[in-house]
Amino acid sequence: MTVSKEYLKAEREQSWRVDIRGLMKNKDRTALVRVHMGEVDPKERILSNIEVNKGLTQEEAVNEARRCLDCPDPTCITGCPVEINIPKFVKRIEQGEFVEAAKVLKQTSTLPAVCGRVCPQEKQCEAKCFYKLKLKKDPVAIGYLERFAADYERESNQMSVPDIAANNGIKVAVIGSGPAGLTFAGDMAKQGYDVTVFEALHEIGGVLKYGIPEFRLPNNIVDVEIDILSKMGVKFENNFIVGRTATIEDLKEEGFEAFFTGSGAGLPRFMNIPGENYIGVLSSNEYLTRINLMHAASPETDTPIVSGKNVAVIGGGNTAMDSVRTAKRLGAERAMIIYRRSLEEMPARVEEIKHAQEEGIEFMTLTNPVEYFADSTGRVNKVRVQKMELGEPDASGRRRPIPVEGSEYEIEVDTVVVSVGVSPNPLIPSSLPQLETTRWGTIVVDEEKLQSSIPEMFAGGDIVRGGATVILAMGDGRNAAAAMHNYLQEKHNS
Amino acid sequence: MNKIVDKEFFSENVVRLEIEAPRIAKARRAGHFVIVKVGKNGERIPLTIASANPEKGTITLVVQRVGVSSRRLAELNIGDEITDLVGPLGQATHIENFGTVLACGGGVGVAPLLPIVEAMKKAGNKVITVIAARTKDLIILEDQIKQYSDELIVMTDDGTYGEKGLVTDAMEKVLQREKVDLSVVIGPAIMMKFASLTTEKYEVPTYASLNTIMVDGTGMCGACRITVGGKTKFVCVDGPEFDAHKVDFDEMLLRLNGYKEIEKEAEQNYLHSKDKK
Repeated sequence: MTVSKEYLKAEREQSWRVDIRGLMKNKDRTALVRVHMGEVDPKERILSNIEVNKGLTQEEAVNEARRCLDCPDPTCITGCPVEINIPKFVKRIEQGEFVEAAKVLKQTSTLPAVCGRVCPQEKQCEAKCFYKLKLKKDPVAIGYLERFAADYERESNQMSVPDIAANNGIKVAVIGSGPAGLTFAGDMAKQGYDVTVFEALHEIGGVLKYGIPEFRLPNNIVDVEIDILSKMGVKFENNFIVGRTATIEDLKEEGFEAFFTGSGAGLPRFMNIPGENYIGVLSSNEYLTRINLMHAASPETDTPIVSGKNVAVIGGGNTAMDSVRTAKRLGAERAMIIYRRSLEEMPARVEEIKHAQEEGIEFMTLTNPVEYFADSTGRVNKVRVQKMELGEPDASGRRRPIPVEGSEYEIEVDTVVVSVGVSPNPLIPSSLPQLETTRWGTIVVDEEKLQSSIPEMFAGGDIVRGGATVILAMGDGRNAAAAMHNYLQEKHNS
Repeated sequence: MNKIVDKEFFSENVVRLEIEAPRIAKARRAGHFVIVKVGKNGERIPLTIASANPEKGTITLVVQRVGVSSRRLAELNIGDEITDLVGPLGQATHIENFGTVLACGGGVGVAPLLPIVEAMKKAGNKVITVIAARTKDLIILEDQIKQYSDELIVMTDDGTYGEKGLVTDAMEKVLQREKVDLSVVIGPAIMMKFASLTTEKYEVPTYASLNTIMVDGTGMCGACRITVGGKTKFVCVDGPEFDAHKVDFDEMLLRLNGYKEIEKEAEQNYLHSKDKK
């Protein structure tokens, strides 16, 4: 889906936009320096779950918004998977109309406060900013501004509910309440559909709740955005496993005409090395679920967690960073990342790596675990690791790690968190034998329409892509909603 | 939602709860389990569905008070609602006419054994059932089990009821006496280990229903993982039933103790806080 150039041009020629552009010369705008977002001091933040990034002040936001040149051809939009009208919301901020800025975000994004926090903007919108592409300068801080507008709206209690089309009486079901499902639900509700979201866990939000920690994305922010969806008429059924609690056939009998599966890639991978089932070796999903969803670190809750003194996290993605920084906050004396490639190859966001380093996380790169050892009670007490060196690039384009013979040594650990990736959740595919899947267990869909081999079943996010990002899942939710709308309109009008 | 419609104490620490859950009652098969969470701050615990009444829209759970969460659940009364209840989960028991089935349940393991005994009987099997407990008061569901068994042997450790001895003593007797085509064992891990060693001697295929630590119960965390035939399996999605002769019970026993100290402390705190009230 692409926003039309004519539409963007017409928007840009509105008098308020012309006026704002006239306030400053481009030369003066480009002379401004990119804002730096305030952060809680590392010594203080590792003692609690407090959010690390403080957000921008109104003054900082307006100043940063001034840097945006309101380009005639806004390339930044092409870098955003949900195609937010970026110059429009940024210029609303420059104008001081922060609530209006938030409204612009909500036209295309269901979860702006979330995206402003967790999107890798450096690889998306900000990578396509004119400053970056043509001026070779720091891009406009689009992510910070998005977060600012969404936070301002929420904190000022002026949350607007997007306009909804008249109810068309057509029931659609969403399987999974992560970023893909929530985005899809929002877009379908806007178009007048009767939307029900089915969630297997007891809380709505998927990885936003059980995965991403409070210090990056507070749960109450996710809840506020979910609340807006409820106000738009979206119904939520938690503790409901489609394919188990009821089948797709049951739901069809109850009147659901089409389905969107956004059930994610929630199945943790292990390395299958000796000792991996000792006590104290956990998947990052288990570790983070206990802490983020079950609040195991709070004395008020019943779910236990063993918080180790020497914690090793295996892997180099965002989930590994989330796990190791969580371990630090739970009181680990040594919180270590063990990663088989070098720092340059790490898939985690640059900002997360930087934050982790500031917080005293030890990075053992070019190192790979080969075996775990345990005491007489079965509790892990040592990991044997092997040094690696980088060889030729592999299929992923990254240089392949090769073990260095005779380089093994042991590290004392009492907790190990395995964070080497996830596989697609098999619950939906296994309950629908006629659904076409790949050999990796992802659902096969038409690239544009996101329609599966079963015409009334659409799918998006990690169940189609394998482990990817929040914003790609949201983009899929958005595209699937547009395609399902066409499909249902055709069906009902023919 | 999830309202308790009936409650009955089998003994001081074992209680039967009948819960309104129409969708689960309709969808569940023998061998399935549910995840239960009591209260906003409760933890998620797995419990096998002992029976269901699809017409009435209820399921039955049998709960033994062993820690904080099972106490919270057992303390709920008729009319109370369970905060979160999700299921049915796991793979259903494979039921067919095998010939002679030896079904063995230890302690509250008799509750999840009941639907399997019933289904095996209805599939045309000759069903010999052994139920065992430490002492007379802990023998549960005897009449219901009897209804679907061709023969029922009751064992108690202290001989206060039925025959004196362990579940394996009764198993040996049956296995020596006649040809058994399949055995199903459900109970504490240590009982399943020795029951499995017993049937292995007689080369009788055996299924054990494993009761590992779980969090989500849907395959997303691996807390419940165990080794079966040298491979790591997730009990919540691949099981809970596995070929008992391939299960690494020693590893399972170790993993079950992973939170023992924290659990004990939590239970003490819980009982203490109740005393104060």
